[in-house]
Amino acid sequence: MAALGSPARTLRGLLRELRYLNAATGRPYRDTAAYRYLVKAFRAHRVTSEKLCRAQHELHFQAATYLCLLRSIREHVALHQEFHGKGERSVEESAGLGSKPVVSHVASRIAVRYAMDCVT
Amino acid sequence: MWRSCLRLRDGGRRLLNLPPAGLTASVPRAPARAYAPPTERKRFYQNVSITQGEGGFEINLDHRKLKTPQAKLFTVPSEALAIAVATEWDSQQDTIKFYTMHLTTLCNTSLDNPTQRNKDQLIRAAVKFLDTDTICYRVEEPETLVELQKNEWDPIIEWAEERYGIEIGSSTSIMGPSIPAKTREVLISHLASYNAWALQGIEFVVTQLKSMLLTLGLVDRHLMVEQAVLLSRLEEEYQIQKWGNVEWAHDYELQELRARTAAGALFVHLCSESTTVKHKLLQD
Repeated sequence: MAALGSPARTLRGLLRELRYLNAATGRPYRDTAAYRYLVKAFRAHRVTSEKLCRAQHELHFQAATYLCLLRSIREHVALHQEFHGKGERSVEESAGLGSKPVVSHVASRIAVRYAMDCVT
Repeated sequence: MWRSCLRLRDGGRRLLNLPPAGLTASVPRAPARAYAPPTERKRFYQNVSITQGEGGFEINLDHRKLKTPQAKLFTVPSEALAIAVATEWDSQQDTIKFYTMHLTTLCNTSLDNPTQRNKDQLIRAAVKFLDTDTICYRVEEPETLVELQKNEWDPIIEWAEERYGIEIGSSTSIMGPSIPAKTREVLISHLASYNAWALQGIEFVVTQLKSMLLTLGLVDRHLMVEQAVLLSRLEEEYQIQKWGNVEWAHDYELQELRARTAAGALFVHLCSESTTVKHKLLQD
């Protein structure tokens, strides 16, 4: 079973996800409120005199949960774009289908991936 | 013959797309539109920011305040939650994909409460899942799956029994496990200690994972989101290992379930916490 890991790793993952999110907008990710809040929270909970700090574990768990959220949303959107995002064909395209072999986008991709999986 | 019985009042002008007889100027025809899904809105704002109001933290899209679907002001009690919601809105590119904004949806549900449910109803809805809890429902064959379920699910049941001092068994019958009334009472009183917002989150996670016990493990930080989702989908993962993975179905559902569960768990934690910072003074 996956364990919580080290806080540094979680923070690195979170910063990477923030970088992906802000890559399209062009704004540096260090300007975002999320970055500032995360860095402040991780820094604040590092300094403590207790060895086993429950608050640190709580923060780390929340950070790991948020990382899972960002990561899975990104993967979900990517899968959606690749497999489900084509929408309907226009009337012209549907009319022109009779001249070409009728293989839909999704079916052809699935066939290619299935073939690749069988080979590996 | 029946056509002659139909007399159209405007002489069939509308059918032929002719302009009304009274107008002299030509009416421009709207161009034929390609099919566009009705639920897509373009991103209409540049900046997302957070401000603190009387009831809590508010989200601003450019200079407009975010509102819920029922036009109430969008206020959240926790700063971290507000920042997470703002990040969701900020991460939309070109079109706004509402189906990826789980935290926003949860906040809207809590603020609007469209189904008018109070705390008791939410608790009852969540505890009802215990009767058909995923990890209490066992199969009888194939042997490897029975073994897998025993190894993975039994520790969770043991943990829950020890943590709450209750009894839950597992069962292979179609009726499911028989949950003693005391167990139900203990869990109801435990859930009553959460506020209404956190309960919305808990009920959401229970509905996604189809298991009350896994949700309790998640909320108590005993399980991580990936673990809880894996345990909830144990049979699917077993079949995937046996028969192969279909990316556009299995992975798609897995990532969506992970996203929703993570959002629900984070929502519960952020709504039921309070942080205080105590500075220690150095003694000279």
